[in-house]
Amino acid sequence: MDNFFTLLKSELLITIIIFYLLFIKIGKGVRNDGLLTMVQILLLINLIAGFFFNQEGHLNGDMFYTNPLIAFQKSILNLGVYLISLLFAGWFRRHEHMPEFFILMLSALLGMFLMISSGNLLMFYLALELATIPVAAMVNFDLEKKISSEGAMKMILSSAFSSGILLFGISLMYGATGTISFAEIPAMLDGSPLQILVLVFLFTGFAFKLSIVPFHLWTADVYEGAPMAATAFLSVVSKGSIAFIFITALYKVFQPMHGVWYNMLILLSVATMVIGNLFALRQQNIKRFLAFSSIAQVGFILVGISSNSSQGISAVVYFILIYVFSNLAAFGVAAVISSQSGKEKIDDYKGLYKTNPFLSWILALALFSLAGIPPTAGFFGKLFLITAGAAKANYGFITFVALNMMVSLYYYLIVVRAVFMDKNDLPVEKINIHPATKLGLIICGSGVLLVGLMSWIYDYIQNLF
Amino acid sequence: MNLIYLILLPLLTAVLVLLARNAMQVKLMALIGSAAQIVLAVYLYFVYTAEAALSKGNQVYFEKQYEWFPSWHISFHLGVDGISVAMILLTAFVVIAGVLVSWNVEKMTKEFYFLLVLLSLGAYGFFISLDLFILFFFLEIAVIPKYLLIGIWGSGKKEYSANKLALMLMGGSALVLVGLLGLYFTTPEHSFDLIKLSQVHIPIDVQRICFPLLFVGFGVFTAIFPFHTWVPDGHSSAPTAGSMFLAGISMKLGGYGCLRVATYIMPDAALEYSTIIIILSSIAILYGAFTTMMQKDLKYINAYSSVSHCGFVLLGIGMLTKTAMTGAVMQMVSHGLMTALFFAVIGMIYERTHTRQVKEMGGLLKVMPFITTVLFIVGLCSLGLPGLSGFVAEMTIFMGSWEHPDMFHRIATIIACMSIVVTAVYILRAIGQTAMGPIKDEFKNLGDAKWNEKAAAVILLIGILAIGIAPTWLNELIKPATEIIMHKISIVK
Repeated sequence: MDNFFTLLKSELLITIIIFYLLFIKIGKGVRNDGLLTMVQILLLINLIAGFFFNQEGHLNGDMFYTNPLIAFQKSILNLGVYLISLLFAGWFRRHEHMPEFFILMLSALLGMFLMISSGNLLMFYLALELATIPVAAMVNFDLEKKISSEGAMKMILSSAFSSGILLFGISLMYGATGTISFAEIPAMLDGSPLQILVLVFLFTGFAFKLSIVPFHLWTADVYEGAPMAATAFLSVVSKGSIAFIFITALYKVFQPMHGVWYNMLILLSVATMVIGNLFALRQQNIKRFLAFSSIAQVGFILVGISSNSSQGISAVVYFILIYVFSNLAAFGVAAVISSQSGKEKIDDYKGLYKTNPFLSWILALALFSLAGIPPTAGFFGKLFLITAGAAKANYGFITFVALNMMVSLYYYLIVVRAVFMDKNDLPVEKINIHPATKLGLIICGSGVLLVGLMSWIYDYIQNLF
Repeated sequence: MNLIYLILLPLLTAVLVLLARNAMQVKLMALIGSAAQIVLAVYLYFVYTAEAALSKGNQVYFEKQYEWFPSWHISFHLGVDGISVAMILLTAFVVIAGVLVSWNVEKMTKEFYFLLVLLSLGAYGFFISLDLFILFFFLEIAVIPKYLLIGIWGSGKKEYSANKLALMLMGGSALVLVGLLGLYFTTPEHSFDLIKLSQVHIPIDVQRICFPLLFVGFGVFTAIFPFHTWVPDGHSSAPTAGSMFLAGISMKLGGYGCLRVATYIMPDAALEYSTIIIILSSIAILYGAFTTMMQKDLKYINAYSSVSHCGFVLLGIGMLTKTAMTGAVMQMVSHGLMTALFFAVIGMIYERTHTRQVKEMGGLLKVMPFITTVLFIVGLCSLGLPGLSGFVAEMTIFMGSWEHPDMFHRIATIIACMSIVVTAVYILRAIGQTAMGPIKDEFKNLGDAKWNEKAAAVILLIGILAIGIAPTWLNELIKPATEIIMHKISIVK
C-alpha cells in the first residue's frame, strides 16, 4: 500500500477534480468565468504533476499496472484535456451546464487512464465502458439540437455493439486460455483457430473505437453532431488512449501471434487510409472533413504499430503527442469561427486570411502538420511511423503509404487554398478571440512547430522504456 | 567555415522580415539578407578552393555533425564538395536577383518575402546536407512556399497550377522517401548518412528497387519525362520571382539529388538503368524543344525550353562519363542563371506591356533598350552561343556523350544536338517579334528598367558571362567531385 498514492497519482488527481466540480455544482451562485479559470488551473497542475514521481508497479494483483511510459501516455491525454479546456473557453463560459461537461469529460479521462493501466481483460473492459459512456453524453450535450441527439444515438449503439463483440472475445479468450491476465495469456497462445477468432473479436472491438475502416461508419455523423469540444475530445484524447492500449494488447498479449495480426494491420491500414482520404476529398463541412482526415491518420498510426518493435511504440506515442497539438489546433480554430459566426462549411473559410490572419496561420500550421509537411512536427511524426513500418521491408506497402501522403495533402490544401487564395465578398468577420483560447492556440501552434525540431522530446520517449 | 551559417542566415533574415514594421523595412531586410548570402557564398567558394588545393581528393569539406534524433541514427551532418559549392553560388545569385525583381510587389509584401527567404533556406539546407534525412527535410520544406507563392501572387489559372505543382512534387518526394528508407535499412547500423552509404556496398537487388525510386522521385523536381507537366503550368502561373526560384533553384534540387544521391550511392543500378535515363532525357530534350516552338506566351516558351534544357542535365548524368557529368552540373548552374534572368526579363516586360503574348508585342527595343538587350543576351545564351554559359555547358555534355563509341549513345547525342537548331528557331522568333518591327502606339510611352531591375539583371549577367568567357574556374570546381562519383562507377564497370 506504500505505493498506492504514487502509482495511482494521475487517477487520484482527476478524481479530486471531479469531486471538486460536483461540490461546486451543489453550491449556488458560481459564475462560469471564474469556475472555468479554476478548472483550467487545476488541469494545468494535474498536467505538470503527471511528469513527476513516476514509478513502475502493480496494484491489486495484476489489475493495475503503471510505468514511466504509461505515465507519459497519461500526460499526453492530460495535455489534450487541458488544451480542450483552453481552446473551447468561448463555448464553455456561455454554456449553462459547463461543470457537468467537465465532470463527464474527466470521468471519461479517468476511464482511459485506468484502461491504459489495466493488466487484466476484465479491468480493461470496465475502464473502457467508463471511458465510453460519458462521451456519449458529451456528444448529446447540445440538447436542443436534433443532429446532436442523432450522433449520440449512433455513438451509443455502435459502442454497445462493439463492447458486445469485445466481451464475447474476452469470454472466448477465457475459454481458450483459462486466464484473463495480460501477463499469463501470451504463454497460453499457440495460434489455434479459436485463438485467432479471439484475436479477430478483440481486434474488431478496438477497430470500432479507433474508427478503422470498415468499422468507421459512425465517426463522421457523431463528429458532425457533437459540440466541437466533444468532437475534439473524441478524435484526439479518446483515440489516443485506444491506440495506446491497442499497442499494449498487440505487443504484449498477442505477441506470439504477431504474424496473424501483422497481416490484419496491413490490410486494415491500407483500407483505412484509402477510404479516409477518398471521403475527406469530398467533404464540405469542416467537422466531417476533420473526421475523415482523422480516420486517415489512424491508418498511419497502424503503419507504426505494424512494425512490432520498440521503435514502433515510441513512434506511435510521439505521433499521438503531435496529433494532439495539430488536430486540436484545427478544431480550436474551427470552434472559434463556428461559435462566433455559426459557419462550419469550408466554403465559408474563403478569404479568412484577410480578416483573421492569426487564425489562418494557426489553421495552416495545423493542416500542414496533419499532412506531414516540414518543418512542422507532423513531418517527423509521419516519417518515423513510416520508418518504423518500413523495417519489415514491405516496400509495396510503404510506397502505397507514402503516396497516400500525397493524396492527403490534396484535401488539406483545399482548406489552405480557401483560406489564403480564394476571394470572398462576405468573409468571416474579424473575431475577438477569448484570451484563454488564444493561449491554447499559441500553445498548439508552438507545439506543432517545435515538437519536431526539438529532437530530445523523441529521445525522452524512447528512453522511457 | 562553419556551414551552419548558410542555414542560420536565411533563418535570421526570415525572422527579421517577420518583425519588420512596414513594407520598406521588409524589402530592406530581405535585400540585406540576400546580399549577405551572396557574400557568404562567394566567401565559401574562395575558402573551398583554398582548402581543396591543400588537401586534394577529399570526399567532402567543412564537415560538421550535430546530434539530432540519435535513436534513429540521424544527425545534422553538413559538408560540401565542388558540386554543392557551385549550386550554393547559383542559389545566392538567383535569390538576390529574385528579391530585387520583386521590389514592386504590393500585395502582402511581408508574407511574400518571408516565403522567398524560406525557399532559399530550403535550397541551402538541401545542398549542404550529408544526411539524407535532413536532405529530404529541406527538399520538402521548399514545397509549401512554392505552393503559396504561386497560389497567392500568381496569375492565370494559378490555383490549378499551384495544386498541380505541390501534388506532383509531393509525389516525387514520396518516391524519394521510399528509396531512402530502402537504403536506410541496408546499412548495417541503419543510417541515412551519405558518406556511410557511399562506403558500404548496397546489394544489387536493393539498388534495382531504390535507384529508380530515387531517380524518378528527384527527377520529378527536374522535369523528367513524363513527369514534367507541372513545369509549364507552375512556371507560367508563378509571380516573376517565383518562376525564377522555381526554374533557377528548385529544379536544380532534383538534378543534384539524381547525381549526388542516386547515382553516387548506387553505381551498379545507375549503369543498368542508364539506357532508360538516356532515352527519357532525349525525349524530354526533343519534345520540350518542339513544344516550345508552338508556344505563343513568353513564359510558356521559357518554361517548355526549361524542360528541354533540364533534359540535358539528366542526359549528362545518364551518360556516366566524367566530362558529361561535369557538363551536367555546369548545365544546372548555367540554366539556373539563364532561366532566372529570362523569367526576370519576361516579368519586366509584362509589368510594362501587361501582355506576355509574343504576337501582341513588337518594337520594344525602341522604348526599353536595356531590357531588350538583356533579352537578346539571355536568348542567345539559351540557344548556345559561344561566349555565354549555355554553350560551355552543352558543349561539355556533348563531348562527354561522344566518348561512348557505340551506336545508341551516338544517336542520343545527335538527337540532343539537333534540338539546338529547334531552340534557335523558337528563341530567335520570339525575341525578334518582341524586340524588332514596328512598335504599337500603346507601348510608345513605356519606360526602361529601373535601378532594381537593372541590378538584378546585371548580377545574373555577371554569372552568365563569368561561366561563358572563363569556364575553367567552374570546371575546376566541379571536376574533383565528379571524379569521385565516376571513380565509384568505374570500379563497377
